[in-house]
Amino acid sequence: MRKVYLDNNATTPIHPEVRETIMEFLNEKFGNPSSIHWAGREAKKALEDARERVAELINADPSEIVFTGSGTEANNMAIKGIAFQNLEKKGHIITSSVEHPSVLNTCKYLEKKGFEVTYLPVDSYGMIDPEDLKKSIKKNTILVSIMMANNEIGNIYPVEELASIAKENNIPFHCDAVQALGKIEVDVKKLGVDLLSISAHKIYAPKGVGALYIRKGLKIEPLITGGHQEKNRRAGTENMIGIVGFGKACEIAKRDLNEVAERVRRLRDKLEKGIMEKIPDVKLNGHPEKRVPTTLNVSFLYVEGESILLNLDMEGIAASSGSACTSGTLDPSHVLTAMGIPHEVAHGSVRFSLGRDTTEEDIDYVLEVLPPIIEKLRSYSPLYRKAKGGK
Amino acid sequence: MYSEKLLEHFKNPRNVGVIEDADGVGEAGNPKCGDMMTVYIKVKDDVIEDIKFQTFGCAAAIATSSMMTELAKGKKVEDALKISKKDIADALDGLPPIKMHCSLLAEDALKKAIEDYLNKKKNK
Repeated sequence: MRKVYLDNNATTPIHPEVRETIMEFLNEKFGNPSSIHWAGREAKKALEDARERVAELINADPSEIVFTGSGTEANNMAIKGIAFQNLEKKGHIITSSVEHPSVLNTCKYLEKKGFEVTYLPVDSYGMIDPEDLKKSIKKNTILVSIMMANNEIGNIYPVEELASIAKENNIPFHCDAVQALGKIEVDVKKLGVDLLSISAHKIYAPKGVGALYIRKGLKIEPLITGGHQEKNRRAGTENMIGIVGFGKACEIAKRDLNEVAERVRRLRDKLEKGIMEKIPDVKLNGHPEKRVPTTLNVSFLYVEGESILLNLDMEGIAASSGSACTSGTLDPSHVLTAMGIPHEVAHGSVRFSLGRDTTEEDIDYVLEVLPPIIEKLRSYSPLYRKAKGGK
Repeated sequence: MYSEKLLEHFKNPRNVGVIEDADGVGEAGNPKCGDMMTVYIKVKDDVIEDIKFQTFGCAAAIATSSMMTELAKGKKVEDALKISKKDIADALDGLPPIKMHCSLLAEDALKKAIEDYLNKKKNK
């Protein structure tokens, strides 16, 4: 069976050059980078080489990069790292209602611990209004945390503008850039952010490694205490395999960014146009233009997302959905709900996320297979019958 | 996550459709919650002669609807009323715990269709 992978926002396959770099490292080096001897020094060199590559991709200084175990850990570290400096007097945090669960649930945890949190709303396109941030700032605001690109709908947020508002008020700004890295330019200096989270497995490197950019001069409390690794900012022996792969993946991302973005955008647009032309009653979720080039989120009215996903899977196509049935709860996607999309429409959402390996043939195949699936499921649907005037 | 049998019913659901001159119609669920089911029955001599359904929902919702119609078809209405969510789930070789409400939906929709038939019969 033909296999088509359109779930690259969930994770990406390892790039062959990344695999090669990791294998070379595995064959030659095993030391603990904290050790003083030759084996340790070899590992330390590989660690610092990788750190340079990561720093280069986001225009940071290598000393500003702390490796973590995931993007989720980086988000936790940034938010709790600031909050834990204010354990006594607590304080106010501003985030948005469409953040990744690793930001939202960390904020909810801090609310339980006595912090106050404002969740900025979004409009029907899923966009954040910088005026809302201005209005939400209080005297005791200790942190603003807003993502660069949304994982579900792909929207790109005006981080530069949002960060400058925080800066005018002397509030540290954290940005979850996990879904932006490798898809659009991420430049910490241009953005003017103080903290920025990224993850390796979204850019064709292994799972189990992320990084937090911490602007020089900014102090945050460590999340994991122990040894003096990562300059006392994150204890624990480094995940060298992941880090070495992450470094290589960042080098490739920097080299190929424009070429991949252009190619993938054309395919994404072709998929979007094809779906809209071939299938009636489809709604685009997200902003039509201000979106990363890889992501397409659409709702097929009158049908449910998990049914669509399973049918696609039977044809070898991997995608994902914001339907409740795929999340293990009764509520559909918090992102789509925050946009004011009715629950029954959110339940019919499907996210196609393309990657550098996506081909023209993949898209043609989806456009051939998808319309009959939707037609079949609609023939089962009492909602469709009612909408089309049946009793 | 899903049993082979459930996936088979999801792929090829039995008795999908509408009976225009149904003797009883039942509806259960709410599209807001992600699943909704409509069941139509045709009854002769208190036996369910024909049954059809339409379902908006996940694979479990569609498969439980399909299995429910198989269990009910040919049964006397009083026996069909006894079909429980567990009967439906068991007939599909089980459901994941978070999907158990789907079989309840199928049980409800069938009960409502039978009640609708019985009410109509009483008022005749």
